[in-house]
Amino acid sequence: MADFLLELLGEEIPARMQKGARAELERLLRRELDAAGVGADTITVWSTPRRLALIARGLPLETEAVREEAKGPPVGAPDQAVDGFCRKNGVTRDQLEERQVKGRATYFAVIERPGQAVSDLLAAAIPAIIRDFSWPKSMRWGEASISTESLKWVRPLTGIVALLDGELVPVVMEGIASGRETMGHRFHSSGPVTIRDADDYANALEAAHVIVDHEKREGLIRDGARRAAQAAGLTLVEDEGLVVENAGLTEWPVPLLGRFDEEFLEVPPEVIQLTARVNQKYFVCTRAPAKAGASGDGAQPKEVPAFAGTHTLANAFICTANIVASDPAVVVDGNRKVLAARLADARFFWELDQKTSLEEHAKKLERITFHEKLGTVADKVERVAKLARWLCEEGIVGPERVPAKAGTSIDEAQDAGRSQPSLGLTREELADLAEQAARLCKADLVTEMVGEFPELQGLMGGYYAEKEGLPQEVSDAIRDHYKPVGQGDEVPTAPVTVAVSLADKLDSLFAFFAISERPSGSKDPFALRRSALSALRLIVENNLRFSFIESMMFGIPPIGGSIARAISKTQVTEIESFFASEAIRLTDAELTFPKGSLDWEGNEFLADLKASVLASPQLLADFMTDRLKVQQREAGVRHDLIDAVFALGGEDDLVRLLARVKALQSFIETDNGANLLAGYKRAANILKKEGYDTPLPVGEGSGVGGAAPARSNTHPQPLPLREGASDDPLEQTGEEDPLALAGKPDFDDALRAAQSPPGTGLSYTPEPSEKALIDALDAAEPKAAAAIEAEDFEGAMAALASLREPIDRFFDNVIVNAPEADKRNARLALLARFRNAVHRVADFSRIEG
Amino acid sequence: MNASVSDDANPAALSSGAAGRDPRSSFQDMILTLHDFWSANGCVILQPYDMRMGAGTFHTATTLRALGPEPWNAAFVQPCRRPTDGRYGENPNRLQHYYQYQVILKPSPADIQDLYLSSLRAIGIDPLKHDIRFVEDDWESPTLGAWGLGWEVWCDGMEVTQFTYFQQMGGFDCKPVAGELTYGLERLAMYIQGVDNVYDLDFNGQGVSYGNVFLENEKQMSKWNFEVADTDGLFDLFNKAEAECRNALNGGVPIAAYEQAIEASHVFNLLQARGVISVQERASYMGRVRDLARSSCEAYAQKMAPDWEAKFPGWSL
Repeated sequence: MADFLLELLGEEIPARMQKGARAELERLLRRELDAAGVGADTITVWSTPRRLALIARGLPLETEAVREEAKGPPVGAPDQAVDGFCRKNGVTRDQLEERQVKGRATYFAVIERPGQAVSDLLAAAIPAIIRDFSWPKSMRWGEASISTESLKWVRPLTGIVALLDGELVPVVMEGIASGRETMGHRFHSSGPVTIRDADDYANALEAAHVIVDHEKREGLIRDGARRAAQAAGLTLVEDEGLVVENAGLTEWPVPLLGRFDEEFLEVPPEVIQLTARVNQKYFVCTRAPAKAGASGDGAQPKEVPAFAGTHTLANAFICTANIVASDPAVVVDGNRKVLAARLADARFFWELDQKTSLEEHAKKLERITFHEKLGTVADKVERVAKLARWLCEEGIVGPERVPAKAGTSIDEAQDAGRSQPSLGLTREELADLAEQAARLCKADLVTEMVGEFPELQGLMGGYYAEKEGLPQEVSDAIRDHYKPVGQGDEVPTAPVTVAVSLADKLDSLFAFFAISERPSGSKDPFALRRSALSALRLIVENNLRFSFIESMMFGIPPIGGSIARAISKTQVTEIESFFASEAIRLTDAELTFPKGSLDWEGNEFLADLKASVLASPQLLADFMTDRLKVQQREAGVRHDLIDAVFALGGEDDLVRLLARVKALQSFIETDNGANLLAGYKRAANILKKEGYDTPLPVGEGSGVGGAAPARSNTHPQPLPLREGASDDPLEQTGEEDPLALAGKPDFDDALRAAQSPPGTGLSYTPEPSEKALIDALDAAEPKAAAAIEAEDFEGAMAALASLREPIDRFFDNVIVNAPEADKRNARLALLARFRNAVHRVADFSRIEG
Repeated sequence: MNASVSDDANPAALSSGAAGRDPRSSFQDMILTLHDFWSANGCVILQPYDMRMGAGTFHTATTLRALGPEPWNAAFVQPCRRPTDGRYGENPNRLQHYYQYQVILKPSPADIQDLYLSSLRAIGIDPLKHDIRFVEDDWESPTLGAWGLGWEVWCDGMEVTQFTYFQQMGGFDCKPVAGELTYGLERLAMYIQGVDNVYDLDFNGQGVSYGNVFLENEKQMSKWNFEVADTDGLFDLFNKAEAECRNALNGGVPIAAYEQAIEASHVFNLLQARGVISVQERASYMGRVRDLARSSCEAYAQKMAPDWEAKFPGWSL
């Protein structure tokens, strides 16, 4: 068994790319080893700014000899075929063997591959690894770059060390010959460092002031920074991202603590931290002592740790030098000066920004284009303000904090919500605050500070609002209205913040859908998926009850006005006032755009606008339910249960949709649920076999939502039994299969009769089990309907559970495929009725198991 | 490269004419030491380009010479004009007019990093006393149709040099690749001399400060840039430069066209400082400058290509 060392030495690799490069190096070496059928016991990969290193242990010195046989053409086949076979396998004709295959003489090529020295294999593998290496960005350099075919690497590659059990693996790559010599630290080491073997590598480099193991350097930085803070009586603000970045910038890291002028502390701590971190890669410290266990290695600190209450920022920074400086104070002082200049800039911005009120800043938003078809950020702010106000006035966002608890029903959540302290605001007061906050929420985008640090958007607005003495709810809302940003980010619960945040996200969604800028595939230039996810979390976690489509009916008309202003050269006022009027009902497919002076069909712009605006509500509602599906799937909810509920469609109250999924999830895990599912599947199979492929859509109050008037009222058309049945080109006689009649008027009558309660229309006396099922359905259907109406989905499930025994007995005792046509039709219709009853709760055909 | 300097080169030994020169004591000695250093390392020492420009990269010795197969090693000081950075002489770090020291080495020599570090030692920066780092910083100039990879070089956390391997210029692949070093001279000098205010820099080691030379210029030029410059005249200049660039291109003199592109670029910066270009117009003006610069670089490359191809058989644009 042998150990292999590979080092690729070069000029400084960007810190952010080193992790990926380590993985890439390992992947490519494994690829080469796998192709040769060679295994390694362990592979270790290290990186420093100047090198990538890999040690593979437990390699064989030789690959195993392989004997392969290939079957060729039969003896007597045309020469062409035989010669081709020989060429392919690298043998001559006289080397072919003849064997009998099914009584036929056939040529065989026997290929003996002797064991190959692993050293040779590696010598061939290394150039392949280097050539195939994928960097986020790579470049050419030097004399060889006179051709664009020259080697590409992240920065110039200068040396290769390749040793197998201490023996050189000879490689020449673009004039770089492998050797056993590498370079030590740029400044602490002079001349080449000779490496004996893989075991010697890390030690030899450490003697030359290079710690090649990045994790070891990370540890040194983490511990060194903590110790430096402690020694100064401070606590390090942990920042694992900075630890890794500094480890990627140093071969011999030395954390050093310095102080900056106290007077800079008047600048918000986040600004100081960001200045230090982003521009200079420095850690910062707080004055508070470390909490017990807070400095453990396990927890990953947040990207930018929050400054909670008692932890006040200290006027200290910790930089990580790459040398053991002869006088560390010189290095620290140099760094201090740079930081001081940066903080002076930050303080200048901080003071300058406050000379102008947020309201004044907000006026400049008129100059910033939000999107060429949607006008300026000022237009957007205006819409967000209206929508935020509407959300409050409609009571969708109420003055109480209403956090939904995971796994509880809506009722419970509402009860929990009622026990929360109210802000003591009326709807109108809340609406005023939300509108005020919304009007100011983007104002900080034009401040100097956010211009310098875009990641401080929101936060700075919050600070400036506080400094102006605006109501706390308003400054909180300005600060937090971008939240939740990512999956792990906390969801706002303060009502004013919720209203502004939700309005902001909904407006973006409405607006981009209205101009047909929808995400597709990997393209999502306006981050609408993220906006959708944030909106969903706000809605679900705050238990906000509303019809999504209705909110669009309110939110989209102002967008039409913005579009008109942004891109139409003519008739702006008319278009605007049209959209501004309350007449528009976007869900109505028959919507007539009033003629007036506008030519909605003849004018290309107007026709496009009309088409995209009309299409957007349904597209967006579908998009949102789709995102909810994704979100629920990621949260671990069984995808088939999600599908079962979502398949019903027609629901745009997302909270209710989710409650139904949850109820179904708990129901299906009970015995009743499992058995009902079994009965359902049996019924569905029979129906399917008999040609009822399309489940019957449910009648009144169809879809998941019992109360979706805007939609159900627009679908008064008769329920088709089988889609496209009347267009079926094959006329059926009705003799071969009774259910082939499905879709024919007389069968439909029978079916409707079976569906119409209670058990009327039967031309024969039903058998007891048949009658029992009819009775059970008669009882369960209104119960389930009432429960659904009351959004008591557990109750609806319980009502369905009462069908479990009757359906089982029906199958045990009743012959569906009775010889008499009327019985057959009636019983199939009964099964269809059963299936439809179940479908009121969920599409059980989607449930697995 | 004709000569390569070992790591522990003694700066005083680099040039016989440098007796008594101390790069730590004055701004001009630092510049002269860099001249000595790069001259000894085979560079043509050029004088600044005699036009207003925002960065040394615009000098034809950088942009146009980065194109083509011929080796090219040059070093020069280039005054840079950034009208919006003017602070009326009141900010210790910001100037509307400052100097870059520009080195271009084509093809990039294998020891370019060592050469650069030796140049730092030559001007008095000891990398065992000061923490020198190469921190990722890629460069892209849509205006020039150019990009490269490289670093900003840190000295105790301060960016003192931009180090770039040009990959494309004027939309063409650089064949071969040139290495570009851009030293921020005032910053380096402030660091070496240990002063916190640029105007306190010792200019000549004999009592003349940077402020003596430039403070009044900064005050007046800031005022002109921000308040006085006649904007109608500037718009007119821009249009004239644009027209002349086209005229020169039609006349088959792309270097002259390129000069007009530089002119248009600077006039645009002045208009920006005067605050008369709206956000919407800004993109359109930038697009116009980009067109001029790119067309000029392209025309230059096309015009030179037959020569280059003749001298370097097998090479093509």
